[in-house]
Amino acid sequence: MAEASQKIPVTVLTGYLGAGKTTLLNRILSENHGKKYAVIVNEFGEIGIDNDLIIGADEEVFEMNNGCVCCTVRGDLVRIMDGLMKRKGKFDAIIVETTGLADPAPVAQTFFVDEDVQKNARLDAVVTVADAKWLSDRLKDAPEAKNQIAFADVIVLNKTDLVSKPELAEVEARIRGINPYAKLHRTERCQVGLTDVLERGAFDLDRILEIEPDFLEAGDDHDHDHDHHHHDHDHHHHHHDHGHGHGGLKHYHDEDMQSLSLRSEKPLDPTKFMPWLQNLVATEGQKILRSKGILAFTGDDDRYVFQGVHMMLEGDHQRKWKDGEKRESRVVFIGRELPEQAIRDGFEQCITT
Amino acid sequence: MKEFDPGEAPSSIVSITDRVKQLPLGAAVGSVHFLGDRAFFVGTEESVAIATLEGEITRTETHFGAILCAASDGKRLVTGGDDGKLIAIDAKGETATIATDAKRRWIDNVALHGDGTVAWSAGKTAFVRNPKGEVKTFEVPSTVGGLAFAPKGLRLAIAHYNGVTLWFPNMAANPEFLEWAGSHLAVSFSPDNKFLVTAMHEAAMHGWRLADNRHMRMSGYPGRVRSMSWSVGGKGLATSGADTVIVWPFTSKDGPMGKEPAMLAPMPARVAVVACHPKNDIMAVGYADGTVLMVRLEDGAEILVRRNTGAPVSALGWNAKGTLLAFGTEDGDAGILEM
Repeated sequence: MAEASQKIPVTVLTGYLGAGKTTLLNRILSENHGKKYAVIVNEFGEIGIDNDLIIGADEEVFEMNNGCVCCTVRGDLVRIMDGLMKRKGKFDAIIVETTGLADPAPVAQTFFVDEDVQKNARLDAVVTVADAKWLSDRLKDAPEAKNQIAFADVIVLNKTDLVSKPELAEVEARIRGINPYAKLHRTERCQVGLTDVLERGAFDLDRILEIEPDFLEAGDDHDHDHDHHHHDHDHHHHHHDHGHGHGGLKHYHDEDMQSLSLRSEKPLDPTKFMPWLQNLVATEGQKILRSKGILAFTGDDDRYVFQGVHMMLEGDHQRKWKDGEKRESRVVFIGRELPEQAIRDGFEQCITT
Repeated sequence: MKEFDPGEAPSSIVSITDRVKQLPLGAAVGSVHFLGDRAFFVGTEESVAIATLEGEITRTETHFGAILCAASDGKRLVTGGDDGKLIAIDAKGETATIATDAKRRWIDNVALHGDGTVAWSAGKTAFVRNPKGEVKTFEVPSTVGGLAFAPKGLRLAIAHYNGVTLWFPNMAANPEFLEWAGSHLAVSFSPDNKFLVTAMHEAAMHGWRLADNRHMRMSGYPGRVRSMSWSVGGKGLATSGADTVIVWPFTSKDGPMGKEPAMLAPMPARVAVVACHPKNDIMAVGYADGTVLMVRLEDGAEILVRRNTGAPVSALGWNAKGTLLAFGTEDGDAGILEM
């Protein structure tokens, strides 16, 4: 995406209260990495660094005027982006910090829905800082914390020094039960390589191809009550909230957040797939928190990639398929009460036969 | 029957590009205002470039950072920046700091009243400072999207999420609230004080007839309306946002309700800026492909002022007499045309 690379990358930094967002931000701003970041924060005082590119935000969530309750944007962010664009060239990337109780959707959607914002910036990754000690509890009692995990492209599991090994395995399994596709880093005091969280480009998207969530597969050797099974799909089942051992790994199926992965080795028909996807997010977008895909279309030598937040989608031809690269399509959804069978059936219809 | 012969590429449009005084400013232009016969090009960052018709350019540093807003009453220019400062510049180019935000918040909007009162906003707070230096503030429920003084009396329109608040800074009376769902940005009173219009965050305009607060929906734009300008006498409101200038008629007591807007000067590029002439029924139009046209409102007749080169046109302005037109672009080119 030649054009996309000229757009300023935006990292959305989320995390429940006290997880360590500010620690990570202070590190990003103080480390000598030769990059200049414009940082949009909620609480001015918490950042201990003087920088004229730190901007206080009001976290104003505006509904779009289209009657859709999940189509929300951050109104203050639209204004801040307008202002920041006047200083183009003075910074390399933008980081947006959200409050601990914030739903990441409006922030992410701002970068999809606003024409002017979209022209100049692109959502690079949603990075969620999670507290290894308390996340398991928060996933039970705080829907915001669960949303933040579900939305993440990158999860920084912080304060791992405060938990035992079994506790760490437990919290990781809970994270994977919600979001198997995010890149997960275990840290103490947010000691993570900044290149692992910032300016990820398409790396995080490629993970959906690489990852084989086999350990998550509510697989053949488990006594689950699923009765539908497609061989070329991975699926994680819901209706369960219990761990079960599997080669020493614990697995959780979050009872209200699931992920769904679709795959095809045969090319997809773009004239069927795009309308299907658009219709799917238009009708089920409220349930679908994130969607991502890497697509091989019939008669198209370019790899097509898309990502979405609720009802909003953004897609483009990314690059040529490389010689010898497997032309495989992979689509993932993370959401609540996903109509799994309907999605699988719809996807099947888009495969070129 | 004549043979088909295209001959010389026929220029279907009258061009006066050679009469433009070129001003290579080298810095992106946010807006342009005339104080006397000199054009004040407000940069998107740090400084204001003051240019004469002879092409002499002087530069005045005003902000440490982005210049977010600017307004002029023809006697002075006031700019607000992301350094939290509100700066006034007079016709001589002398600067004075009007206000500094205590928390160094961005000054997002500014408006000037004919009596010398200045209004500005930072976040959710609108400020009004009268010529004696007394400052009053008013807080709206969400970030201020735009400010405008009514042409009569001291009445300030404050646009925000879900509507516009009309505040009378000198009266104890409760402010009036005009409600309409959505995020309202730029706001403007019609010159006859009968209508109030806003450019919304979505690709639409909204308006109210002030006598009875009747709504006027003005939608159908492919893009956000970032520029609007009242034609002489307030007969029409010219707007950007489409690949033609959309001019809403305001001659009747119902404003544009039930009427089609005029669609003038179609081009294969989005209209970026519009500026109506102060005395005649013509307007200057700047496009996203760099073109500048002068367009007659009556019949859409066009004159080419600048060719489609480079970056979008970002600023247009007339002097008060309407004898000079200035333009500026996002890539720092500018020019003045003497009519």
